[in-house]
Amino acid sequence: MNLNFDDIPDDPSLPMPILPGHVSAGRLERVLRAGAFAVTSEMDPPDSANPEEVFARARIFDGYVDAINATDGAGAHCHMSSVAVSALLIRAGYAPIMQIACRDKNRIAIQGDILGGAAMGVCNMLCLTGDGVQAGDHPQAKPVFDLDCMSLLEIARMLRDEHRFQSGRKITSPPRVFFGAVENPLAVPREWRPHRLAKKVAAGAEFIQTQYCFEIPPLREFMNRVEDLGLLDKVFILIGVGPLRSAKSALWMRSHVPGVHIPDAVIQRLAGAEDQQAEGRKLCVELIQEIREIKGVSGVHVMAYYQQEAVAEVIERSGMLQGRVPWYPGIRTQRQPK
Amino acid sequence: MYAVRRWSVRHARGLEWAYRWFERTVSALDPVWRRIGYARLEKPVAGVERTIKGFLFDCQMCGQCVLGSTGMSCPMNCPKTLRNGPCGGVRVDGCCEVKPEMRCVWVEAFAGSARICGGQARLRTVQASVDWRLRGRSAWLAQARDLAKGPQ
Ligand code: SF4
Repeated sequence: MNLNFDDIPDDPSLPMPILPGHVSAGRLERVLRAGAFAVTSEMDPPDSANPEEVFARARIFDGYVDAINATDGAGAHCHMSSVAVSALLIRAGYAPIMQIACRDKNRIAIQGDILGGAAMGVCNMLCLTGDGVQAGDHPQAKPVFDLDCMSLLEIARMLRDEHRFQSGRKITSPPRVFFGAVENPLAVPREWRPHRLAKKVAAGAEFIQTQYCFEIPPLREFMNRVEDLGLLDKVFILIGVGPLRSAKSALWMRSHVPGVHIPDAVIQRLAGAEDQQAEGRKLCVELIQEIREIKGVSGVHVMAYYQQEAVAEVIERSGMLQGRVPWYPGIRTQRQPK
Repeated sequence: MYAVRRWSVRHARGLEWAYRWFERTVSALDPVWRRIGYARLEKPVAGVERTIKGFLFDCQMCGQCVLGSTGMSCPMNCPKTLRNGPCGGVRVDGCCEVKPEMRCVWVEAFAGSARICGGQARLRTVQASVDWRLRGRSAWLAQARDLAKGPQ
């Protein structure tokens, strides 16, 4: 397994060659297809027009993650756009996962963004429905939801593989993108979730990032069902994890962030700890170690809102990388002998 | 009406059967519709459809009915107008992320489709994106016209 990426051009913002059997020129696809345990994380997008803030936030992940999600109005809050954050990350040599939510854009805008993002070098895109506007800071906004994530995936794949827009009009050069989707294995109706995943795979999802999973037994059950449906060799699944800061913030997340389920036992454990923040990180490390053992899991997606510095710590302590150092733009200068 | 809508899902089996039978009858009458003229029928039929389906399913008249594939729970009542299953935000009690006072239409659809023969399999097929031009138009007439035209 060669994951040193020797074929990355001297200017890392330029694309690598696309390997046979791959759909994109991206590092994330290579890591996953090589069978390594992948790590992705999420950047808190800046409320600013300053690119330096994007670069500074990306650097925190150096050497720990294989790709960085650029969220698209996460939680229905306004931030710098996912297209722009992704383009800036590409410019600096990082591997972004550009999120595309159906909440704010119709199919005309979305197809334009897929082409535009790919033109700027984005190799991974994540198709999702998006939280309702009621969850954000502009509840008075008009929710668009022209497409749902399933039809978005179909359209994305049509652009890439059939070289045409949904209208049928031809495009001259297709977006070479690794398309992903999200799933929430612990949301109701739970019996339906594996089938929903199957639907997303049928629609074109090649990798999945899940919502936070704080309960292992139902996650295992979910993965068993996914295996029964024969999906494990069709899609790479990255499970969502993250350090909780305190019992109070866990309670807040549970009631305010759509789709986040945190069992009472977790909250009690945090509340009972002397140093709640440390306990939250410890819990996260334990979860990662357990998740790593579940059959069919290809990696983890670490979410740590407003405590990005915790990401490196939990990854380091969980030992999940087993000595592998994910590529980052500064790695070459670091490695040069002194 | 919300209560009627939920009653309809609970009786998805019978309703789906009756609905299918009805649709077939409407489709079989294609020659009659053609004689009168589809364009002329559009408004009155859409009006009747809106009244009946509005009462039974809180139908939103998307004009491209998928009730038979969604356990007789109209997906256009989902605040995100999802046509392919629930979002990840469904609350633990099965209520909607956006409207906590309403059951998630997809939790209902899941229950409804379990009552229909072959319903769960239909729930698993990927539905195409909505054609918003059809909004407000009669799905019955569209169906009759399509069936008469035969497979494309
Ligand atoms: S919870 Fe259910 S009804 Fe509400 S937005 Fe999500 S899918 Fe639609």
